[in-house]
Amino acid sequence: MLRLQRKRWKFRAFRKRRELSVVQNRTTTIKPGDILLFCTFRNEDIRLPYFFEYYRNLGVDHFLMVDNGGSDGGSAFAAEQPDVSLWSTEAGYGNSRFGMDWLTYLQWRYAHGHWALTVDVDEFFVYPFCDTRPLAALGDWLDASDVRSFGTIMLDMYPKGPVSQAVYERGMDPLQIADWFDTGNYTISRNKRMRNLWIQGGPRARAFFADNPEKAPALNKVPFVKWSRRYTYVSSTHMILPRGLNLVYDQQGGEKTSGVLLHAKFLNTFGDRAKEEASRGEHYGGADEYRRYADIPEQEADLWSKWSAQYLNWRQLEGLGLMSKGNWA
Amino acid sequence: MSVGVIMLVHTALDRAEQAIRHWVDGGCPVVVHVDRKVGPKQYASFVDALSDLETVQFSRRHTCDWGTWALVAATQDAATQLLDSFPKVRHVYLASGACLPLRPVSELCAYLDARPETDFIESSTTADVPWTVGGLDKERFTLRFPFSWRRHRKIFDLYVKLQQLIRFRRRIPDGVIPHMGSQWWCLTRQTLSAILKDPKRPAHDRYFRKVWIPDESYFQTMARLHSTKIESRSLTLSKFDYQGKPHIFYDDHLAMLQRSGCFVARKIWHRASKLYDAFPEPLNSVKGLVEPNPSSVDRVFSNAVDRRTRGRPGLYMQSRFPTIDRENAVTVGPYSVLQGLAETFEGFEAWLANQTGADVHGHLYAPDRAHFADQSSVYIGGLSDDPTLRDYNAKMFLTNLLWNTRGTHQAFQFGPTDTQTINWMIAKDTNARITVVAGAWIIPLFRARQTFSDIRREAARLQRIEHKQLKILRSPFAKARVRVQTLAEFVRSPMDTLQTIVDEMSGQPRPRLTEVPNMVDLSGFGAFLQELRNQGMHPFLTGEFPTDFDVRPDDHPHRKPYLVR
Repeated sequence: MLRLQRKRWKFRAFRKRRELSVVQNRTTTIKPGDILLFCTFRNEDIRLPYFFEYYRNLGVDHFLMVDNGGSDGGSAFAAEQPDVSLWSTEAGYGNSRFGMDWLTYLQWRYAHGHWALTVDVDEFFVYPFCDTRPLAALGDWLDASDVRSFGTIMLDMYPKGPVSQAVYERGMDPLQIADWFDTGNYTISRNKRMRNLWIQGGPRARAFFADNPEKAPALNKVPFVKWSRRYTYVSSTHMILPRGLNLVYDQQGGEKTSGVLLHAKFLNTFGDRAKEEASRGEHYGGADEYRRYADIPEQEADLWSKWSAQYLNWRQLEGLGLMSKGNWA
Repeated sequence: MSVGVIMLVHTALDRAEQAIRHWVDGGCPVVVHVDRKVGPKQYASFVDALSDLETVQFSRRHTCDWGTWALVAATQDAATQLLDSFPKVRHVYLASGACLPLRPVSELCAYLDARPETDFIESSTTADVPWTVGGLDKERFTLRFPFSWRRHRKIFDLYVKLQQLIRFRRRIPDGVIPHMGSQWWCLTRQTLSAILKDPKRPAHDRYFRKVWIPDESYFQTMARLHSTKIESRSLTLSKFDYQGKPHIFYDDHLAMLQRSGCFVARKIWHRASKLYDAFPEPLNSVKGLVEPNPSSVDRVFSNAVDRRTRGRPGLYMQSRFPTIDRENAVTVGPYSVLQGLAETFEGFEAWLANQTGADVHGHLYAPDRAHFADQSSVYIGGLSDDPTLRDYNAKMFLTNLLWNTRGTHQAFQFGPTDTQTINWMIAKDTNARITVVAGAWIIPLFRARQTFSDIRREAARLQRIEHKQLKILRSPFAKARVRVQTLAEFVRSPMDTLQTIVDEMSGQPRPRLTEVPNMVDLSGFGAFLQELRNQGMHPFLTGEFPTDFDVRPDDHPHRKPYLVR
């Protein structure tokens, strides 16, 4: 069954390749062993400069981006970058499994044999020793350990005070203003069919989904994968097929090496985006999530509590048990 | 020119070249073996790059797969060549392309010159070392291993099983006592040539050809036959993880490696430029002839193995998710579950917190909300007091609370009015200290003065729930420390129970309690219970109260005598 589903997603992705048109293709500069980043975005011009800066510092060698009908100049900015290949599409985000069909096609075409990082523009990958060891070190080590996928929790970051007052400007590190997070209110259950963990919780569950926690967004992600043509993500990067790749956790009590995706979504840009996405209805669950956010008056959208922790570095996260060095020392 | 180096090179030729130059600068001739898997073009340019060095030679190439005989054969060839070409060499050091000298090569030479007869080779019998991977220790010498473990894992396993099934045993050659150890050694010319020129070498080689991972046992075993003085340790700092894979050193290990005082370390990540820039260290008269001391390195890597194999108990996260129902200790540390005490005493929680310094919560699993110790709506770690959110995963609500507050003892009130889904989990948790005053849920009903039919119905419901819970606590699977008393027993002598709770929460016996909380006003309680019975609802969990039982807080019968005693 899962094999069929995988084939279906792959076929779908192959069909949807027609929706993509090339804006700038620099993939011939990709060398064997390069670390690739895959990302879909829409009207994120304000976030792109820092996004590129952050991931270049981690050692991403090439960015493969899909611009989904943006109109704010982000596309032109991305196309100018020497290490970016850009495609664009006007097709619906919802109809493409939330951008996954496009990325699956690009991954099939370009990522085979590479370590591939798949993230959104507001997600910042943190892994053990990320301040001293580049992504290639992580990739090499995982290779040597015969590990093909790397798990993370997505940690929602928020400012102290109303979200609308955390004013983000182009080029800025969003984690300077959205630097608070919930340390220990995440719940986990196991998805027997896909074998992944389903993690929920954090400020969104606490503030927006207390009455219906089942609907709270999934926070488990497998963003870093030694790609093979056979692979395909299932829903965002929460799950991947073949399902063995979802086993990024140990069940005997040990800790595997894992990381965190810092999710810098809750900035002043968020209110407008929530309204736009709620009406566009292209997101998961018919953008029900965005509708919930849009309902909350802006001055009240304050996620901070006195038990929020202020972000310092990966060692803090590892001490809190939000990620683990595992066997990597 | 007292030390010669054999270097086995597989990848990262540029780094190997760097290492070779360090050795040559220190006055050591090097014989290089390059894996045949390296392409002819790359090999040619590598040889070319080193052509300016007169004391570097290349040996006959073998195709080296991990754990195969080819590694030994390559070493033998290179060793023969080294001993023949450089007659002044007294010690031979086996290194790899990912090895990096940490201290000046001349210090290593001086160290070895001071110990001209000593062979440095880690070598122990299989009976004494547990660090083999895959459960094969003795068997790696008595079975045959013609299949690659890396490439044909299934056939490998199957063939091992088959041999075990038919009880196949290889004969170990006479006089050979299998030893194992780190593959990175440093042998004297005498020992090494004795091994290479041993008349029985063809027989030994034939035997070891089919041993599993011979590069960890061939020289280790042979040295025992020919050496006069073995120091069973490796001069190369090399750490292995729980799967037998070498740990890798990165730029951030710089300070640790400097402190270790080791001569050579492996494996160095090929892009760790800071390490390649910093080592080998310049000559330093202070260090001189210090002994290597890798204990801090050992600590870091054994911690890593520990984290990977055992992890942090009580932690649930994206990369550690033991099945809650299968674990013994599912939480991070001891905690107390108190049932029926807050109902029996006035201000019990505040009193207990005062006595113990612990965090004493109210009913965490109450239907209206989670009553945290400070009555806040969001607690440590961002836990919400919302009951729907809590009950969505009631077990992890508790594991989270305990993880977030690790270091401080937690106690919470529980009872049949609360969410019951955690019962099995806490019953099976060796960290749980559960005290139940059975039937105490009746006191709030007694004091509420509702209409009697409502009280009767509610009492019957709560009794059913508590009865079911007690069955779980008394099940043979329960591993928690459980104490159950009826309300009647408890009211007769509450002091012992309170003392035990306080002692348990403090982690040590405490001085006798001098201050006790006041019991709630129970005047008319006996008659109330009788009335319930008259209505056909028998409160059997509560225990036997005389019909005229009538205690007021002030004339508690057991309080004063206890204190005097």
